[in-house]
Amino acid sequence: MTELAATDPLPKPKRDLAPILLPIALALAVIPFIGSTSSWLTLTAASLAMGMMIFIMASGLTLVFGLMDVLNFGHGAFIAVGAYIATLVLAPFAASMQADSLWMNLAVLAPAALLSMAVSGALGLVVERVLILPVYGQHLKQILMTTGGLIVAEQTLYALWGPQIIPLPLPASLRGSFVIGDVAIAKYRVLATLIGLAVFIAIQLVLNRTKLGLLIRAGVENREMVEALGYRIRRLFLGVFMTGSALAGLGGVMWALYREQVHASMSDDLTVLIFIVVIIGGLGSIGGCFIGAILVAMVANYGGFLVPKLALVSNILLMVAILMWRPRGLYAVTSR
Amino acid sequence: MTDLLTLSGVHTHIGRYHILQGIDLVVPQGQTTMLLGRNGAGKTTTLRTIMGLWQASSGEINLAGERIESRATPDIARRGVGYVPESMAVFSDLTVKENLVLAARDGPLDDTQLDWIFGFFPALRRFWLSRAGSLSGGQKQMLSIARAIIEPRKLLLIDEPTKGLAPAIVMALIECLKDIKRKGATILLVEQNFFAARELGDSVLVMDNGTIVHRGGMAALAADVPLQERLLGLSLEAHQ
Repeated sequence: MTELAATDPLPKPKRDLAPILLPIALALAVIPFIGSTSSWLTLTAASLAMGMMIFIMASGLTLVFGLMDVLNFGHGAFIAVGAYIATLVLAPFAASMQADSLWMNLAVLAPAALLSMAVSGALGLVVERVLILPVYGQHLKQILMTTGGLIVAEQTLYALWGPQIIPLPLPASLRGSFVIGDVAIAKYRVLATLIGLAVFIAIQLVLNRTKLGLLIRAGVENREMVEALGYRIRRLFLGVFMTGSALAGLGGVMWALYREQVHASMSDDLTVLIFIVVIIGGLGSIGGCFIGAILVAMVANYGGFLVPKLALVSNILLMVAILMWRPRGLYAVTSR
Repeated sequence: MTDLLTLSGVHTHIGRYHILQGIDLVVPQGQTTMLLGRNGAGKTTTLRTIMGLWQASSGEINLAGERIESRATPDIARRGVGYVPESMAVFSDLTVKENLVLAARDGPLDDTQLDWIFGFFPALRRFWLSRAGSLSGGQKQMLSIARAIIEPRKLLLIDEPTKGLAPAIVMALIECLKDIKRKGATILLVEQNFFAARELGDSVLVMDNGTIVHRGGMAALAADVPLQERLLGLSLEAHQ
């Protein structure tokens, strides 16, 4: 038999570290402009916490984009629904929430978050079956259907809860800050950062260590070939869609606690940020989404501190800059 | 000899283009059937239509006595059809091992089957944990074929496996496909390399403008230069 190929080993694939270094470079670059180290540390901690919350909300959307090329403009509905469900669950336990015991607070918060995820995930099932299934492969109709779904969801929330802003105070043990020297870092931001990291690690473990994860990664790259291997990718997509919806629900609870309030259109501004994150991260890339979320949060926080007038456009400018550097996002996974 | 696959009056439209215009063909069990023809004749569309990647507009496709033209691609694959597309379509972000783990749908990788594949394609063993995207074109083609044969299949649909490959790798591919044949596999093989076609083919179908314009034995076509020139525009010798 003929000997095959060259005997030289393949060059090891280069790890693409530039996107990972970008947030670090940005954080270091703004130090001279901010001036005070304590302000810089506080802003950086705020950026990490905000970035993690945005990542949790955006992670499902990027897989949905990458896996099935579905444009879901209604993703924000899962965020708002998650937050409202949390207010429902937490209302009877106001005393436990205000008890000065971390464990008692978490014993109430954790079930509320889990129930919010379950309801958002179930809503995801309905949305996928009713709104998205009939319009696979038709982007314009997807935009119309999912935007319409978002409007219906928001109006339903208004009808059920009224137009007023509902307060959702932080539990007593998560109020205040850890003070180290003259640096103050809000306790809740630390918790949000830890949860975001845990979600990121969990997603990475599933994607890299399980056959389900392999299927998702393969499907993002070439769904047709995954089907030709005998896997029903629509079922896989439904699972990813529901998980993404549930994560959006979790993000909604965390964001509502961060802002200490809930209202039906709370996701409107977030949706813009989430789409920016998904685009600059690279469609379907969880790693890109993670870095993109941190970058967006950094630009919002540093930009808001340094040049408040530019705050509204800073993330658009970030997106333009990233896409000029890498037109398919920080980590391109799909060919789209 | 029974026919494993039959197409009767199959038409396929892609958008407003009428690509397959009434294909009738049979692929006998245990044989390698070559599908030849000029570029744009409809060979790839035929394979994709059998695989369900493009839906037949009309006509019947029977696999082992069961109609499959309305089945979804995963259902067709689960009936024992392996597909090697022209583009190879390896999952670049996954390692060689992960590509094969996914292809082994029915369970863990079988060591005996793997050793058989490594016998033909030692590069796959060497680059077992390398990302498929970092492989050369020939190595990707090996991986693509390995993926299709990692588990026993009733029928293999292979689209231009030798395209753009170095002669040494083409020879290895031919040896591999011959061994697959010896194991009793049924293959429908689209090929532009006439040397490979002559080495592998039992029977031959020639397509032009979305229809079958010739069917017969591969040996007979290989021996008939005027017929080759009439059907394919060139003789086999010109392509060796």
